[in-house]
Amino acid sequence: MSDTALDRVARATPPRVARRIRGFSDRAIAWIFVAPTIVLLLAINIFPLIWTIYLSFTNYRANRPNAVVEWVGFRNYQRILGDPEIWQTMQATAHFLFWTLFFQVLFGFALAWLINAKFRGSNLWTTIIVLPMMLSPAVVGNFWTFLYQPQIGIFNYAVAFVTGADPSSFSMIGDVRLAPWSIVIVDTWMWTPFVMLICLAGLRSIPESIYEAAECDRASKWRQFWTITVPMVLPFLMLAVLFRGIENFKMFDLVVQLTGGGPGSTTELTSINLKREAFEKWRTGYASAYAVILFVTVFGLASIYVKALNTVKNR
Amino acid sequence: MSGFLNGLLRLRRGPWEMLASILIGLGIFMLMQPFFLWAFTWSFIVTLTGTVMFLIVSHFPE
Repeated sequence: MSDTALDRVARATPPRVARRIRGFSDRAIAWIFVAPTIVLLLAINIFPLIWTIYLSFTNYRANRPNAVVEWVGFRNYQRILGDPEIWQTMQATAHFLFWTLFFQVLFGFALAWLINAKFRGSNLWTTIIVLPMMLSPAVVGNFWTFLYQPQIGIFNYAVAFVTGADPSSFSMIGDVRLAPWSIVIVDTWMWTPFVMLICLAGLRSIPESIYEAAECDRASKWRQFWTITVPMVLPFLMLAVLFRGIENFKMFDLVVQLTGGGPGSTTELTSINLKREAFEKWRTGYASAYAVILFVTVFGLASIYVKALNTVKNR
Repeated sequence: MSGFLNGLLRLRRGPWEMLASILIGLGIFMLMQPFFLWAFTWSFIVTLTGTVMFLIVSHFPE
């Protein structure tokens, strides 16, 4: 007689427990297994979300827990959406988001294309390229501040070597015009390997037979690239953009370490501004309204993005 | 265009999702554009309307 895992579990169950379970329906047993996850989800995700929405309509301050909490209606939302400083941080975030995604997709796909060519030592190069994303963002932010130093930084010397300019004549972090680009460069350096890995998975999932069939039809390499490679890698690429887009929308640690939001507030992204409102000025109700606005934005963006992703996958 | 309008009138998912997506996209553009403060002020209402509409219309029949 065969002794399956199910039989062994049945034998190991104490008779009293077995009798009690025998009385339950399959549905009840399924609920028993799922219940802890649902309770955790409610406690960690859903309850804080509902509580944040409630706080966004009040003047609650977390540093004054005993003060009277007043219902202020939509006043927090009106103040946020009429504040030019917050509008400025939104523009800084848009600049950061657009250019990091643009460069990461461009370089990530190009690197994946090169690595996929299978040359000698390609595995070693893959490991070397992937190294930056294994580092902590705080560490990366810290050591790039040294690389960007006008007097001793290697970055300035490299730029000076190429352009012939004086290395100490510009400061990537201190200049209002260059600082937004300094955070774009570091994020691109750190997260391009992530996009590359996802693109590489897409490229390696394309069957060789499709290219062979295209060769038989005398399709040029250029045509093969646009009619086979790009459409088949597109869902993977869109997934990478979704992940990086959401991550960069709430980017915090790297930029805080690198520029601290400065000079002035040129690199102050929404998450940094939100943290200042919530935990430096202690305007919890105001910060909750701010968080709700960001949440709705990311949720809306993710909804249309997932729809587009499904459309591309079903093509 | 008439197919799109027919779909809207007959409460079909495709055209309504398209409309909701346009609203969300417009709202996010209004939120992050550097030109008009009034557009920034109204951006949240537009995005929220689009997002809620998207959640509702994604349950419409095809």
